[in-house]
Amino acid sequence: MKKISLLLALAIGVIGGSSFINTDDGGLGKTMPSVMLENLDGDQINSADLDNDGNPIVISFWATWCKPCRLELNTIMDEYETMQDSMGLKLIAVSIDDERNKSKVRPVVDAEGWDYDVWLDSNSDLKRAMGVNYPPQTFVLNGEGKIVYSHVGFVPGDEEDLYDFLWDLHENKETTSSH
Amino acid sequence: MKKIILGFLSLTTFCSYGQFGQGGNVTGNMESNVQVLSTDTLIGAVAPDQKVVANSYMNVNYSVGKFRAGARFESYLPAIAGYPAFYSGSGMPYKYVQYAGERITVTAGNFYEQFGSGLIFRSYEERALGLDNAMEGASIRFSPLKGVDFKGVIGRQRVNFFEGQRFNSDGVVRGFDGSLNLNEVIPAFSDSKFKVTVAGSIVSRYQPTSNDTLILPKNVGAYGGRIDMKYSRFYLNAEYIHKDNDPNEQNNWIYNSGHGAIVNMGYSQKGLGIILTAKSLDNMTFRSDRNTIGNQAFINYLPATSNNHTYNLAGTLYPYATNLNGEVAYQLDVLYKIPKKSKLGGKYGTDLHLNIALATDYKRDTEGADWAKNRVSYIAQPFAMTDSIFNFDFNFHIKRKFNKKWKASAHYFHFVYNNDVNEVTKLAKHYITSDIGVIDVSYKINRKHSIRAEVQGLFTKKDRGNWATAVIEYTISPKWFFTVMDQFNYGHPDENLQIHYLLGAFGYTHNNSRFMFMYGKQREGILCVGGVCRPVPATNGLTFTFTQSF
Repeated sequence: MKKISLLLALAIGVIGGSSFINTDDGGLGKTMPSVMLENLDGDQINSADLDNDGNPIVISFWATWCKPCRLELNTIMDEYETMQDSMGLKLIAVSIDDERNKSKVRPVVDAEGWDYDVWLDSNSDLKRAMGVNYPPQTFVLNGEGKIVYSHVGFVPGDEEDLYDFLWDLHENKETTSSH
Repeated sequence: MKKIILGFLSLTTFCSYGQFGQGGNVTGNMESNVQVLSTDTLIGAVAPDQKVVANSYMNVNYSVGKFRAGARFESYLPAIAGYPAFYSGSGMPYKYVQYAGERITVTAGNFYEQFGSGLIFRSYEERALGLDNAMEGASIRFSPLKGVDFKGVIGRQRVNFFEGQRFNSDGVVRGFDGSLNLNEVIPAFSDSKFKVTVAGSIVSRYQPTSNDTLILPKNVGAYGGRIDMKYSRFYLNAEYIHKDNDPNEQNNWIYNSGHGAIVNMGYSQKGLGIILTAKSLDNMTFRSDRNTIGNQAFINYLPATSNNHTYNLAGTLYPYATNLNGEVAYQLDVLYKIPKKSKLGGKYGTDLHLNIALATDYKRDTEGADWAKNRVSYIAQPFAMTDSIFNFDFNFHIKRKFNKKWKASAHYFHFVYNNDVNEVTKLAKHYITSDIGVIDVSYKINRKHSIRAEVQGLFTKKDRGNWATAVIEYTISPKWFFTVMDQFNYGHPDENLQIHYLLGAFGYTHNNSRFMFMYGKQREGILCVGGVCRPVPATNGLTFTFTQSF
């Protein structure tokens, strides 16, 4: 039994280590997994069917009780309209609130004045499928639906990196399409 | 043992396959918590013989086309302080394969699933608490047409992970759930502002009997329905579940049936949200093993009806969790944003949040119950309250952004906690009344540097008396954070125990990896997630946490 434990510990170390190295290129280029969940109107949604007419999408995992998550979404809200207009950005705020707090998601979204699409992942199925440990975690999908950016946690200033990334993505797309 | 090795080998093959980009996707995460503990008799921290304890987890999912497979390694060598003692050793207790087609999803192996609000069935994982009741069996989800959704599950639940082995419940859980979105199904209704979904579920447990004196039901069923309605800005959703007689260790082997009801109704528009929740539970613990107590082997989920408090003194000293025997509870939330650029609201607006929650015992009517004949000890009526309060919680929050640099919030909490019903301290009896105030200020120095300070005070005449907490946090985006926290129990009736609990931490984030080091004293308290709580002992020492997502 001890041997097995050792082997497993080693395996975890090796895979963990290699995945760490691989995340420098982002471990990126993945697509959205297919998970069924609901939006605020109670409509069924398949996360793999996500589409924004070739424009980028931000996926942000949050919860009503998570202060850095709400800070992040409030901060991005200041620039959201500009980025919607100029690059057709869409942000999907995926709430992982379970039954205790799920009913508070809509009033929180309205009271904060967010214009985001909101999905309810109340048994953490999408969270698990996307490998999220703890919120907040933010992903960017490019126009082809590939995951090209991912960041764990939020401290003030992190939004600037996200904006820079989105503007770069937008400019590259413009350059590519004009050539 | 062979299985583990085989599983591991196939996974690594999958991984390498995925990483070299043959069209598959590998996702997953890992988490490692390592503590190096020392003994501190004053705060009651006891270091184990090993001194070093560690919990590690790693999830790997691999998907290609419509197929997905995955596994989780877990390792407790031994488990961190306060974690349930039956977690030990290393192994792979979670593995699954799945086919997710257009209309049908089939999963075999271990899986998590939830019907409705979870009042009848919820298998889930709450790692911080050591809770994991994953099913082992099969599940199917089928949508014959848009708006119609069926789910079926069968399996045994995980109840234990001892010396690297997963142990499942004695009972087998079978369940079926169907839901119908009327706006999608009825064409004439599709553009209506009135949105309705109706649904129903049935779940049953089979467990062989093992009792010489009582005739126990081998099959115990629960069934119920729910409705979800929206009209413009108003919404209402409700679920009612009935459980057949289920004599068990928790209810002291009575033959009463049980019920659970949850109603949420609200109004929401931009800048204003109001929500009222009502809940009634009686004899509603439904487990996959009738002999189990504590937090294990739950088939269903009984959510707590109160706000999740995140400020340290409000969240961990007198937290409320659902009473497992039953309760009647109400909760009101009002969220309002004083508009931007108004006199009161300031340039960015001001956020207000009021939350009031009350939970009491429910009325047990012995009239009409015939104990001698059928071992039914009382009759319970849904929503019949008594004046025996379990928990009362009033809290108010105000948050304002002054300009691009300054933000502040103030918080007030008033708790009345019944320590007789759910004991959190040996130092007090009956009701513990406490008042808590918090001020939280943050300042953005420049694009990358920010500082945040927090002052908290808790005032009570009972238990360990008054507390004060101060926190300072300095962050450098996007990589670093530094925190110092001091909790001071200055009001402890015993002067020798007026202790400072000083804790320092720093962390480093690189894309999806996060390291954190924490050193100092942590007081004993209650850790709650989603309304389920477990006590955490006092600790003294170093904690290292590593999380990584890929």
